[in-house]
Amino acid sequence: MSEQSHGGPDHTGAVEHAGVEESGKYAIDNPGLPPHRPRLADEDPKAAKRAERQAAFLFGLSIVGTLLFFVGYFVVGQIGPDTTFATIRLQNMLLGLGTAFAMLGIGVGIVHWAKTLMPDHETTELRHEVRTEADRQVAVGMIEDIIDETQVKRRPLLRNTLIGAGVLAVLPAIAIFRDLDDTDNRSEFAAENFGPERLRHTMWATDVRLVRDPTGTPIKASDVTIGSAFHVIPEGLNELDPHEMLNQKAKAVVLLMRLNPEDMQVSPEREDWNVDGIVAYSKVCTHVGCPVALYEQHTHHLLCPCHQSTFDLTQECKVIFGPAGHALPQLPIRVNEEGFLVARSDFHEPVGPAYWERG
Amino acid sequence: MKALSQKRRHPIAGLALLLLGLLITGGLYSVASTMNQAQASNTGSSYSAEDITEGEKLFNANCATCHGVEAVGTENGPTLVGVGAASVNFQVGTGRMPMQMQGPQAQAKPNQFSDEQTAQLAAYVASLGAGPAIPEEQYLDTDHEDVDLGNGGTLFRVNCAMCHNAAAAGGALTRGKYAPPLAGVSEQHIYEAMITGPQNMPVFSDANIKPEDKRDIIAFLKQIESQGSPGGAALGSLGPVSEGLLVWTGGLAVLIGFMVWLTSRSS
Repeated sequence: MSEQSHGGPDHTGAVEHAGVEESGKYAIDNPGLPPHRPRLADEDPKAAKRAERQAAFLFGLSIVGTLLFFVGYFVVGQIGPDTTFATIRLQNMLLGLGTAFAMLGIGVGIVHWAKTLMPDHETTELRHEVRTEADRQVAVGMIEDIIDETQVKRRPLLRNTLIGAGVLAVLPAIAIFRDLDDTDNRSEFAAENFGPERLRHTMWATDVRLVRDPTGTPIKASDVTIGSAFHVIPEGLNELDPHEMLNQKAKAVVLLMRLNPEDMQVSPEREDWNVDGIVAYSKVCTHVGCPVALYEQHTHHLLCPCHQSTFDLTQECKVIFGPAGHALPQLPIRVNEEGFLVARSDFHEPVGPAYWERG
Repeated sequence: MKALSQKRRHPIAGLALLLLGLLITGGLYSVASTMNQAQASNTGSSYSAEDITEGEKLFNANCATCHGVEAVGTENGPTLVGVGAASVNFQVGTGRMPMQMQGPQAQAKPNQFSDEQTAQLAAYVASLGAGPAIPEEQYLDTDHEDVDLGNGGTLFRVNCAMCHNAAAAGGALTRGKYAPPLAGVSEQHIYEAMITGPQNMPVFSDANIKPEDKRDIIAFLKQIESQGSPGGAALGSLGPVSEGLLVWTGGLAVLIGFMVWLTSRSS
């Protein structure tokens, strides 16, 4: 590693070729390194001075950038209720440009300094041939040393207790995954609040009214004209505390649409799930849970914006395109005595993406 | 007179005569249409019998090919009985009808009819069956004292943003259809689109979203349109698509430029 040579600014010309193989060994002789070429700043003090000024200018630019950032941050002011869009735009611009100049100025300045002014030695390091067999012997020797020094062969007690500990250490994982199983007889509280049971049920239940998102006003069946789309939440959702409200909303959101009953194919067991062509489907995509709400009223397609899964409303939201695994769950609905739409029950299957033991 | 008749076989004579004829026709037409416009300005929600007759003539000449005589519909176009004046005003007023060609959906283009002709067509179609009327002025006034921009924004995000994009920049639907961007669309046309559900857009009737709430939505749209993006270049407000494209092409080009500069020798 000591075979280095230096071609500095003070002695220009060809770099020494240390350790070049004798000619004739290769088809083409080693051409060596190109001759060292001095930079402008190496020879001309004026050029060196100029390069110094340029680097200093770049550092100065960085300082100005930082100041610009603080002008944006403190002088333009904090954002309050009266802040106009123009102010926010100005502030964003100053923060962005300030940071960019502050960073770029330092970086570009340092590189410029290094490239023009710092000494440019050229160094040659030779690469040795890899001696396979010898290197392998060294590696084997190391492993033998390890086995020898740790004494695993001589002390089987140590070895066996370590193997035992390793095997046992995996077992807690089985217990953790067992918690996801909902077929055992865990306490009712645990079943409802942890694990998959939370996902299996939503807020929808018998006679819960369908209300508009976000106002919470109930929907009369007569309000839903053909071609309409309503974004629906269960009544009482807005009264929950904000954290729980979001948890429940994420599962219970529904899209309510009305189409001509003649256009619908209704399976026998779902005959009373719609009201004169008014149908309600879960808005949670069965692929990865994006809200499916892009409804086309003439083609009756429901499109998920994330991965283009397309559901056909006329075929009970069967998947007709895209990666979704199964149809959107339908919410059975009916009209109550006052003419408002209510749920007949919760969804008959879990909403959302793939879920084990569906049914 | 004799000089004129002698020149009647001059090669330019025919051209001159044609130009004269066109000039007279055009002049008469423009006079006639300004007179008609003066009459049309006093048509509100009720239409005169004359409007309906004129509208029927226009309809038979321009629309009946696809929508059928009496607007009963053909296999190329749906029936227009009961679609209402609002639908006609939207479809014809934004240039979507008459359709340029059959396709995934009708596209907005320069208007093919004057405001007055549009009103006459609307009068005729409205006379065929009851449907949504042209919205009242008070629900289009985005400076109204009761306007609640926050409410408009919430309703827009719940009901409209999934197709039209959170910044109202539009978006793609299935099989070549799309939700158009909403910037530059008039208050009246936005309202009419909500109550009539043009193309594949669902209907958002006044029973679903109250007229006052529709006004809030329109005011919100006008607000974001006039304010622009708070973060500089919006790049079409298309989110990760355009922003990612810019970074992966422009950003990479800058990085490559820096690499070339870093490894180049100083002169």
